[in-house]
Amino acid sequence: MGHYVLRRVLQMIPVFFGATLLIFLMVYSLPGDPIAAMFGDKAADPAQVASLRHKYYLDQPLWKQYLHYMNNIFHLDFGTSFTGRPVSEIMADAFPVTIRLALVAFFFEIFIGLPLGLIAGLYRGSIADTLVLVLTLIVISIPVFVLGYIAQTIFAINLGWVTATVQDSKDITQLILPGLVLASLSLAYVARLTRTSIGENLRADYMRTAVAKGLPRHTIIGRHLLRNSLIPVVTFLGTDLGALMGGAIVTEGIFNIAGVGNVLYKAINQKEGPTVVGIVTVLVLVYLVASLVVDLLYAVLDPRIRYA
Amino acid sequence: MPERNEDIPDHNDPLRNIQPTDSDHLDYVGQQGLAVEQETLIEPDPVKREQARSLWGDAWRDLRKRPTFIISALLILLLIVIAIWPGLFTNADPRAANLTQDYLRKPDYTDFFGAGWFGYDGQGRSIYARVLYGARASITVGICVTLAVTVLGGLAGMVSGYFGGWTDSVISRIIDIFFGIPLLLGALVLLNAFSVRTVWSVVIALAFLGWTQLARVMRGSVITVKQSDYVVAGRALGAGTGRLMFRHILPNAVAPVIVVATIALGGYITAEATLSFLGIGLQDPTISWGVDISSAQKVIRQAPFALFFPAAALSVTVLAFIMLGDAVRDALDPKLR
Repeated sequence: MGHYVLRRVLQMIPVFFGATLLIFLMVYSLPGDPIAAMFGDKAADPAQVASLRHKYYLDQPLWKQYLHYMNNIFHLDFGTSFTGRPVSEIMADAFPVTIRLALVAFFFEIFIGLPLGLIAGLYRGSIADTLVLVLTLIVISIPVFVLGYIAQTIFAINLGWVTATVQDSKDITQLILPGLVLASLSLAYVARLTRTSIGENLRADYMRTAVAKGLPRHTIIGRHLLRNSLIPVVTFLGTDLGALMGGAIVTEGIFNIAGVGNVLYKAINQKEGPTVVGIVTVLVLVYLVASLVVDLLYAVLDPRIRYA
Repeated sequence: MPERNEDIPDHNDPLRNIQPTDSDHLDYVGQQGLAVEQETLIEPDPVKREQARSLWGDAWRDLRKRPTFIISALLILLLIVIAIWPGLFTNADPRAANLTQDYLRKPDYTDFFGAGWFGYDGQGRSIYARVLYGARASITVGICVTLAVTVLGGLAGMVSGYFGGWTDSVISRIIDIFFGIPLLLGALVLLNAFSVRTVWSVVIALAFLGWTQLARVMRGSVITVKQSDYVVAGRALGAGTGRLMFRHILPNAVAPVIVVATIALGGYITAEATLSFLGIGLQDPTISWGVDISSAQKVIRQAPFALFFPAAALSVTVLAFIMLGDAVRDALDPKLR
């Protein structure tokens, strides 16, 4: 197990540097001059441009810029955005909002997605099963931004149950609707994955043995079936927590939530290189840690991996 | 995964170590192979006198009987026809704007296939015509991205899975690197660099970031198939790397790749619409459902129909491809039956 953990951690290092380098190259080597953009329509003073370039390290070759940036990151300095605000400050404002939203979404995935999948898997071919399959298929097909507008129109504008946009992201009740919209796609996947997994494990030998032993039904389902069926679902949920944070651009835009997605979207449009690279670096890190935890969890849940 | 080596059953080892000079051993294997072949020849299925069916033949017979497959295939066929010849279904010009009349005219549901069937959008353009003409961008992006990622990811996964060792480590790490960057975020950054964005820039951006999923599927599939007896036999008989890869392994490893690619196609269409919706995907003069939904959002209270029809068209298209993928998966993977 120790060997396995060490190996996984070591594998993370080149991936972290590669992913940040890739995003760095995408942001800084592609056409579009952020310094020129800062001046808008006005003609820029060449001396001022040069001094700004120097200030943001843009007059150095790209690889030097990257090394400089990475060095700063290890001192927890994410640089300054072109508007003059430290990127770490921008992130400190945006991340808690998105984390709350992602957790609300995550809650829905577990407490709606899992039971739906369990029912559909246990009663395969029943009306409930067909209903779950059709509903999840519809949710998967409708893009999130359409679903967001439908939900907003119905629940906020027509019924007036909630406010159309989120005024205070600390108020969890306001995050329920955006969280549900953000969760919708993954929720459908969780339900389908659970259903498939339950269906496969129902036919396993240990299930037949458990039934033949005359164990009570709740023990068979809770202890034998669920524990084994949930392994792939846990894997999916783990990687999804990272994906939820990066995938919130659309949801945060519709409900006007000042989270990471919203900030990132504006930064990309305004060619705010330092902000984009900073946020994406943190998102990559979150994703890597999440997949590491999932792999370790997998080894804990499934001894076949641990002892192999 | 370090465990892989131990997964290979021991009985493979003697076959792997066969030297061409070891004639006795080869003969034995050869006779055994022949004996098995004769057995199957002599003993055809006594109940049904059918030819031995391949996986694909089997899948096709299964697919033809599935209503979800028939419905989705017909829908996709219709969508492709609309994408190629949208003019067949309407005389209205999707770009003809008319602001002199009341521009947000309500749909006239009795005006079948007419310009006003689905109403007019914020610039007085026929929504029906725009829904038809918008199919081309979505279908083109979906199909082209899927083809590109299947070829790119398939090749990378094949090389990685077949050669193993260092090649595998390097390619796997590259895949991990791309996997760490969310598709939508990466595409936003990439597309922001294009000052003029066409269908092709969207295809390039999505393909550049999307190939990793299929590469992983292909790699896993190739690693499983590589250990099969017929591949070992092929190698023992002196088949070259290219022949082993493309004649023996590819046909047997490609099924999961096709399934994932079909389902992913719907996802790429959604991705294009989302990017266009965010204003970083397609631009005028390309007609895109995503752009239309984005502009309809401003008039959602007065004219919900302007959002509904392009959104419905988009959802039905994605649904058709996902249903097709589901049906193909069920047909190709007998375990799930």
